[in-house]
Amino acid sequence: MANGESEVGAAPLPAEDRSPGSDAPAGGFVQLLTPGGERIDSVTTADGVTYSVDFTDDEYRELYRDLVTVRRLDAEATALQRQGELGIWASLLGQEAAQVGSGRALRPQDMAFPTYREHGVLYTRGIDPIMPFGLFRGVDQGGWDANKYKFNGYTIVIGSQTLHATGYAMGVTMDGKTGTPDGEAVIAYFGDGATSQGEVNEAFVWAGVFNAPMVFFCQNNQYAISEPLERQTRIPLYRRSAGFGFPGVRIDGNDVLASYAVTRAALDNARNGQGPTLIEAYTYRMGAHTSSDDPTRYRIASEVESWKAKDPISRLKAFLTKQQLADDSFFGEVDDTARTLALDLRERVLAMPDPQPVSMFDHVYPTGSPEVDAQREQFAAYQASFEGSDH
Amino acid sequence: MMTETLTLGKALNHGLRRALENDPKVVIMGEDVGKLGGVFRITDGLQKDFGEDRVIDTPLAEAGIIGTAVGLAIRGYRPVCEIQFDGFVFPAYNQIVAQVAKMYYRSLGNVRLPIVIRIPYGGGIGAVEHHSESPEAYFAHTPGLKVVTCSNPADAYAMIQQSINSDDPIVFFEPKRRYWEKGAVDLDTPSTFPLHASRVAREGSDATVIAYGPMVRTALDAAQAAAEDGRTLEVIDLRTLSPLDLGPVYDSVRKTGRAVVVHEAPGNLGLGAEIAARITEECFYSLEAPVLRVTGFDVPYPSARVEEEYLPDLDRVLDAIDRSLGW
Ligand SMILES: Cc1ncc(C[n+]2csc(CCOP(=O)(O)OP(=O)(O)O)c2C)c(N)n1
Repeated sequence: MANGESEVGAAPLPAEDRSPGSDAPAGGFVQLLTPGGERIDSVTTADGVTYSVDFTDDEYRELYRDLVTVRRLDAEATALQRQGELGIWASLLGQEAAQVGSGRALRPQDMAFPTYREHGVLYTRGIDPIMPFGLFRGVDQGGWDANKYKFNGYTIVIGSQTLHATGYAMGVTMDGKTGTPDGEAVIAYFGDGATSQGEVNEAFVWAGVFNAPMVFFCQNNQYAISEPLERQTRIPLYRRSAGFGFPGVRIDGNDVLASYAVTRAALDNARNGQGPTLIEAYTYRMGAHTSSDDPTRYRIASEVESWKAKDPISRLKAFLTKQQLADDSFFGEVDDTARTLALDLRERVLAMPDPQPVSMFDHVYPTGSPEVDAQREQFAAYQASFEGSDH
Repeated sequence: MMTETLTLGKALNHGLRRALENDPKVVIMGEDVGKLGGVFRITDGLQKDFGEDRVIDTPLAEAGIIGTAVGLAIRGYRPVCEIQFDGFVFPAYNQIVAQVAKMYYRSLGNVRLPIVIRIPYGGGIGAVEHHSESPEAYFAHTPGLKVVTCSNPADAYAMIQQSINSDDPIVFFEPKRRYWEKGAVDLDTPSTFPLHASRVAREGSDATVIAYGPMVRTALDAAQAAAEDGRTLEVIDLRTLSPLDLGPVYDSVRKTGRAVVVHEAPGNLGLGAEIAARITEECFYSLEAPVLRVTGFDVPYPSARVEEEYLPDLDRVLDAIDRSLGW
């Protein structure tokens, strides 16, 4: 796939004009595909950076497949939760473009640090989509190999991973892996609410001071559980970075092309030694915060409706159709394939066995502990004492 | 007298409402406490009735919640802070143990911080990691903080009001898996017990079971089961973890000669160790058996599907009683 180009020097658009759609927030955002499916060639921000993408027909179609697939898998997870097969689920519905675009912009050597909602990014890293289900079903802690897939474990405590990512990025620099052909970059995902955490602000400080090869990717889905954006900030989030000494860009988070272009450019800047970027993906969480949440308590139906019109998938579909890059048979095939994947996932989730209780003593220490070992033995003996009884 | 049957969660809600009514300086603050009424609905309806200045939806920042509460308290307010879940208190830990706990001491008694920090804690609700922890020992270990936990609706209603009225900073642990358990609450009569008083929850003479918060129910269930086998267990609900009110415990152990301490938190350096040591110091000549502990294991809180095995249950309590009696 082609790069988002950074052509410093192109004439900046006036701030309010940067986005052609009426759906843009005040201050605009980078948008390369309108909700109606119109392609915008390139966008130049007030900083004078021009963003664009140049995909082949196949690449456009594969992006569409990604979006449909992650949405379908997510829908299956939501259904599984409702049927009592998962303890909880954090749905990505509405945020597919932000996740797939940024995830596909990563190069194989780049490292990602997710929250608990990045199932779409996880998918783009080539990880078996069943992996997060152990955590949400309560049978394990979600155990993929972070180093193999360059995708760290999910982070529940809000914002902590941004510091981990920054430290990792400092290590990349110390290893001499910036500014080289095989240079590495690091991306940290977090939400709008997370920007209030001290740790996230400390990550900004550190990344700025150490010029770390970092991309901070904030999915502003407008809510932190029940609290709207105004409870976290008085200024657009992308502008926060200025106070820490690095650039911030806002993108239309429902536009997979903008997400790809800007993330790719920011990652390349990072890997070339130009330091961190904050990306604010302006999007919307269409469902509940998690399956335990009741969004009707804090937001109105018309708001949800208005965001439906900005759907990331339908706009790409409209584009593909208009450009005659795909027809109904392609769309049908994508849906069928995604459905098959989802049904397969469902079966495998249902078959996930409960862990052996004694496994709770595993992985407490890499070098073991005589006390934990003794407790494991006592526990096993105690369990065995019930064997044969109807306990 | 207005006695109502309420869940523990609703009793807390009524207690908070009372506190807001009685003192205009009381403010509630935390993530999602306003419109949503808290993720457990403990503050349900309060913002609607008392306004956004009294029931404050805060930014998503625990250090901020506690740190600004310190300033509000210095300014004369009585903040009641909600930490959404046990595992999320740690971003605020510095503010709580380094600032809240020491301010009165450092200021030679000039600055009081009448802050209540409410924390839903403990497991048993099938949650993911960081949502089921029992971090009470970290706070009970810190001089300058008081730490309490309720086990039933009537106590919850009384203790939340007592805590808010107290000039001490109080960490108030709420047993989240008991939020939905019901009991009679007298909404009119002021509470008849002081805040830092343990209570005998069930009388018995064969052994003493000491529990607090979510484990009181478990201990009572064990006592019920033991009664069917002709054994009577005395159950003590500590209610207060710092300071510990062990008078009723000593009285009981002198009577029964046997003590079993039960808590969900890992055993290593937990409250049980302190309680066992003190019983040994005070009741040595009355003891027929060593003080035993039934606790969570010394592992991070495990995945939901094995938490039933991690959590002390009726069988493990009865097993400890058998061992104590068999000594
Ligand atoms: C330190 C901490 N405090 C509170 C929570 C409880 N909590 C879980 S998700 C959430 C809201 C997060 O909002 P945001 O950062 O915008 O991300 P989103 O879930 O919207 O993707 C809260 C308050 C937590 N997980 N960690």
